[in-house]
Formats: sequence, C-alpha cells, structure tokens
Amino acid sequence: MSVLVYIEIAKGKVKKASLEAINYAAQIATQLGTTATAIAFNADAAQTEEIGKAGAKKVLVVKGDQYKTNDAVYLSAAVEQAAKAEGAKVIITSFDVTGKSLAPRLSAKLKAGLVAGAVDYPTVNGNVLEVKKNVFSGKATATYTINSDVKIISLMPNSFPVKLTDNKAEVADFAVDLGGITSKIVIKETKSTDTAGMVPLPEAELVVSAGRGLKGPENWGIIEDLAKAIGATTACSRPVADMHWRPHHEHVGQTGIAIRPNLYIAIGISGAIQHLAGVNGSKTIVVINTDKEAPFFKSADYGIVGDAFEVVPKLTEAIKKLKANN
Amino acid sequence: MKILVAISNVPDTTTKITFSDNDTKFNTAGVQFIINPYDEWYALVKALELKEAGKATTVTLFHVGLAESEATIRKGFALGADDAIRVNAESPDSFFVAEQIAKYAKENAYDLILVGKETINYNGSSVGGMIGGLLDFPFVSLATKLDINGTTATIEHDIDGGIQVVECPTPLVISCSKGMAEQRIPNMRGIMAARTKPITVVEASTDAPLTNIKSFTLTAGRTTCKYIDANNVDELVSLLHNEAKVI
Ligand SMILES: Cc1cc2nc3c(=O)[nH]c(=O)nc-3n(C[C@H](O)[C@H](O)[C@H](O)COP(=O)(O)OP(=O)(O)OC[C@H]3O[C@@H](n4cnc5c(N)ncnc54)[C@H](O)[C@@H]3O)c2cc1C
Ligand SMILES: Nc1ncnc2c1ncn2[C@@H]1O[C@H](COP(=O)(O)O)[C@@H](O)[C@H]1O
Repeated sequence: MSVLVYIEIAKGKVKKASLEAINYAAQIATQLGTTATAIAFNADAAQTEEIGKAGAKKVLVVKGDQYKTNDAVYLSAAVEQAAKAEGAKVIITSFDVTGKSLAPRLSAKLKAGLVAGAVDYPTVNGNVLEVKKNVFSGKATATYTINSDVKIISLMPNSFPVKLTDNKAEVADFAVDLGGITSKIVIKETKSTDTAGMVPLPEAELVVSAGRGLKGPENWGIIEDLAKAIGATTACSRPVADMHWRPHHEHVGQTGIAIRPNLYIAIGISGAIQHLAGVNGSKTIVVINTDKEAPFFKSADYGIVGDAFEVVPKLTEAIKKLKANN
Repeated sequence: MKILVAISNVPDTTTKITFSDNDTKFNTAGVQFIINPYDEWYALVKALELKEAGKATTVTLFHVGLAESEATIRKGFALGADDAIRVNAESPDSFFVAEQIAKYAKENAYDLILVGKETINYNGSSVGGMIGGLLDFPFVSLATKLDINGTTATIEHDIDGGIQVVECPTPLVISCSKGMAEQRIPNMRGIMAARTKPITVVEASTDAPLTNIKSFTLTAGRTTCKYIDANNVDELVSLLHNEAKVI
C-alpha cells in the first residue's frame, strides 16, 4: 500500500504543481503509515532526482510516445495499472488542465470518490478521508468525506508548499499494457499562448491584473512594465478580454480561470463578485483604483486610491529601486 | 445526430451564500436559481446552433435535481431545447450525476454529450471526464469552439499554456467553456412553447455515494484594507517586501 501521485513534465521540467502534489502525497502517506510513489512519463534522470527530492520514496517511470500529449485515455490506463500494482488506495493529481481530465476518468474506472480542487491536507478518520475544497466559487469551503475504497484527491495549484530535501527515490521502469486501448482524439494543431519569460497564469505566484479602468489596449505598456519589474504574470478582467484588449487566456474570474497567487495587484478593476470569485484565494491583494468606493477595496489588503496612469509607473520605479538594492 | 446537454441548477452569481442545519446544508431560502452559466451560455446555445445548422436533430436537456428545478429546465426549453429528462434526486457529487447521464445516454444512443466546464456552486470540473470514463467515450475538456461534419467533431480547446485543435469521431463528451457561443435571451415564442414541452421524470440508481459533504464554512473576509497615499508608493513597496513578504 502506498500513496500514488501523478507527475507531469512540461518543457523538460517537473511542473511546480506536481512538486506540490508530491509534498502533499508524502504528508498523507506519513499519516497512513506508508510512503509516496510517483508515476512519471518518459522522465529522465534529472527529473526523477527532483521527484525524489520533493518527497517520493519511489518513482515509476513509464515510457511511450502515447503519453506525450497528456491524453487521459492513456494516462488513466497507466495510473490505474500502477495503482493496482502498488496497492495504492489514495491517488493524488493536480487540479490543472491534465488533472481535470485524468482524475475524473480514473474515478469512473476505479469507482473511486474524487475531491476536485483540495485546498487543505486531509484528515484520516478510519477508512474515510476528510478533505476541504472551495465551493460557491470561493465564497465558502466544504469538507468532503471520501467513502470509497480507493480515493482520489486533486489539488488546487499554488495551495501547498514545495519542500526539496536530499531524499533519493528508488527509480523503477513500469510497463503498462495498453493492449486494445486507443484514443480517438487526433491533434491537428497546437498553438502556444505562453509569453516568453512569464510563468503561466495558473502557476504564477505574482500576478499584475488590469481592467476597464485602463481605457484601451494601447495603455497596457505600464501594466507590462510593472509585471516585468516584479517578475509577475499579467491577467485581466472579463470585459477586457471580451473587447479583445487582451487575450482570452488572461481572463480571471468566475468564467475565466481561478488563481491563488501570493500577490495579486488589481489595477482599474472594480471588484465585481464574479471577478473576485477567481482571485479571492490570493494571499495578498493590492488594489489601485480612482474610485475610493470601488468594491474591490473591501477585499484588499493594501489599497491606493489614485489614477493608474500616475501611480503604476511610480510603483514600477520603486520596485526597480528595491530590486537594485537587494 | 442527437445531442444531450447536461444542465445544473445553481444560485445566481450574486447570491449571498448561507448555510443551515449546523452548517451542513446550503440554505436555499430566498435564493434565485439559474441554469449554470457554462451550461446555458455555452453548452446549450452551441447545441442549438448545431441544430439550426442542420447538423443535429434533437437537443435534449438532462438534469439531476428535485421538482423545484423544473423552472430552470423550462428556461432551457424557452431557449429552444426540444425535451428534457429529470432524474428525481438531489445529487451528492459529480460522480452521481455522471452515472445518471452515462446510463441514460447509453440506453438512448446519444452521439454528443455536452456539459459545462464546471458548476459555479460545487466547482467540480469532473462530470464530463467521468461520463467519458464510464462509457469509454473520448472526452475533450474546456472547448472554446466546436463544429460537426457528419460524424466528426472539430474542437478547439484550452490546454496548459496554449490552444489545441483536435478532431474526434462521435460519440463523445465535451465540456464547454467561454468562446463556444454567445449568450441568448429567450423570445416570447420560445417562452410560450416552453410551457408544453415534455419533461420525463426518472428515478435515480441507488448506489451509495462515493463522497459526501460533511460541513460548510464561509470564507473569512479580509480584515480592513491598509490605505497608502498615492504619492507614497515607496511605502507600498516596503509593506509588500517587509510585511507581506511577497516581493
Ligand atoms: C455570470 C457572470 C460571469 C462573469 N464572470 C466574470 C469573470 O470571470 N471575470 C470578470 O472579471 N468579470 C466577470 N463578469 C463581469 C463582472 O460582473 C464585471 O462586469 C467585470 O468584472 C467588470 O470589469 P472591470 O472591473 O474591468 O470594469 P469596470 O467595472 O468598468 O471597472 C473599472 C474600474 O476602473 C476604475 N478606474 C477608471 N479609471 C481609472 C484609472 N485611471 N485608474 C485607476 N482606476 C480607474 C473605475 O473606478 C472602476 O472601478 C461576469 C458577469 C456575470 C454576470
Ligand atoms: N445536477 C446536475 N444535473 C445535470 N447536469 C449536471 C449536474 N451537475 C453538474 N452537471 C453537468 O456537469 C457539468 C460539470 O459539473 P461539475 O463537474 O460538477 O463541476 C456542469 O456544467 C453540468 O453540465
């Protein structure tokens, strides 16, 4: 019996969300008196070493071209077989794009209860796990009990720490039998929306976001400069994406993506409830708005009542000064 | 081509959330319910567009919920859906919903099952993938564009750090996200027709749920905001560095 954790490798590196998942798996494993086993696809020696450092006792390496596109049909078959081989009763994935396909498919195959988007470590209560997740788009949390024999938990990215130690994992190849399994999904084209030098939004710890208060797409230079000075990723409110001032993948909120960065700076955004739904899990929120009555100030830790076009360039300079002195 | 659209019934996005029975139940008193925005604006409207383009024959709504939610189903009819199935049960979790949909879709040979990206009350993002697993159907998540030609679906969807275009034969399950279609407002003819469209009520399978909600906790608001003078951004930088320790 072990706790099995699914690892994703992107652009040659173990994803940060996966490192968080290993840490989480190792914590539960300790509570259950066992250890964490990772399953990684086409991983090389440097990657398995990092998986070990993050807390896995063992790494199962699965090789094959089928896994390169993260197709859940193949991934779920492999994870299912690994779970059986390891006698794993708890399976951990991230609640990222792959996790949102993989965990539900596995849940169906294994009749395993799934809590999607956990934000806290579980409580073990006999054969039942209790896990907290956000509900009502962040307005509340719910404690779920998972009653099934096999249990699956997917983790909200940026909710758990990564702790690297000098732990070394045992590495073993794991052969998966894909006999009779073929995915019918054919990839025709893949376009990257990543901006060079920027952490993708779901994983970003620092985010600079702007709304309709910026008046037009031509004014985004000050936002990009601030983001660059901090090392942050840019985001936007929904109307800004709807009017095509900014690309659709930058839109955060109820209908966009939900993020939980350490720092969220909201510039010229009023703070409508549907916007807050996507960002109220941020650890620190800074609001810059001309209107001192803007609702966002009620959800902010720090606020500046002022004109973005004056405040933001000054803030960028002040941050550059701080960075230069440190 | 028959399309099944799964719709859930959720509190309007501006609802103030409260709980009852010692914080074990969502308090529905005075709450305005709507069709989950992803299900209505994207999944259902896309299905209707496919029907209008002659690429689908029927659009059936599928809902797991008690009789109170029939008003929500009628709203889907007003927009143009043909008929509806209601499973008469309160759903404990995404798996329960997926099981009901999978069973019905299989018995009735649906070619295309459209679900929303997630419900805005329980935020599972799980039902679509579970139906795919239960039926061994392909599942394409977070779709932002969809077209059907014969029995082939062409789908654009969001992936980690990008956008991907895929092709897939029917039958399949797709979760719908922003971009798929534009929100519509029902017209008078739709509203009149909605009154007489059929809702078939079926009982749920009685398997024990895999998960349960034990209790709820409201998210604590922030303590008061610290205001910094617009002419003193150095102070903000210093607070972010020394107090919040985020930069
Ligand atoms: C079902 C539903 C889902 C939705 N989902 C989302 C979602 O996912 N994400 C989202 O963001 N919205 C969403 N919305 C829309 C949401 O309700 C708001 O309309 C939207 O968030 C407002 O965007 P905004 O703050 O950029 O613009 P506005 O509300 O127009 O606010 C602009 C702000 O800028 C300030 N301002 C103006 N000039 C300046 C200046 N020079 N310097 C500084 N500040 C200035 C103004 O005081 C104002 O507060 C949704 C709505 C619905 C009904
Ligand atoms: N009670 C329900 N009845 C019908 N469909 C539902 C129900 N709950 C969820 N769904 C569908 O499944 C999608 C995803 O839900 P979830 O995985 O629970 O976030 C929703 O957008 C709906 O399309």
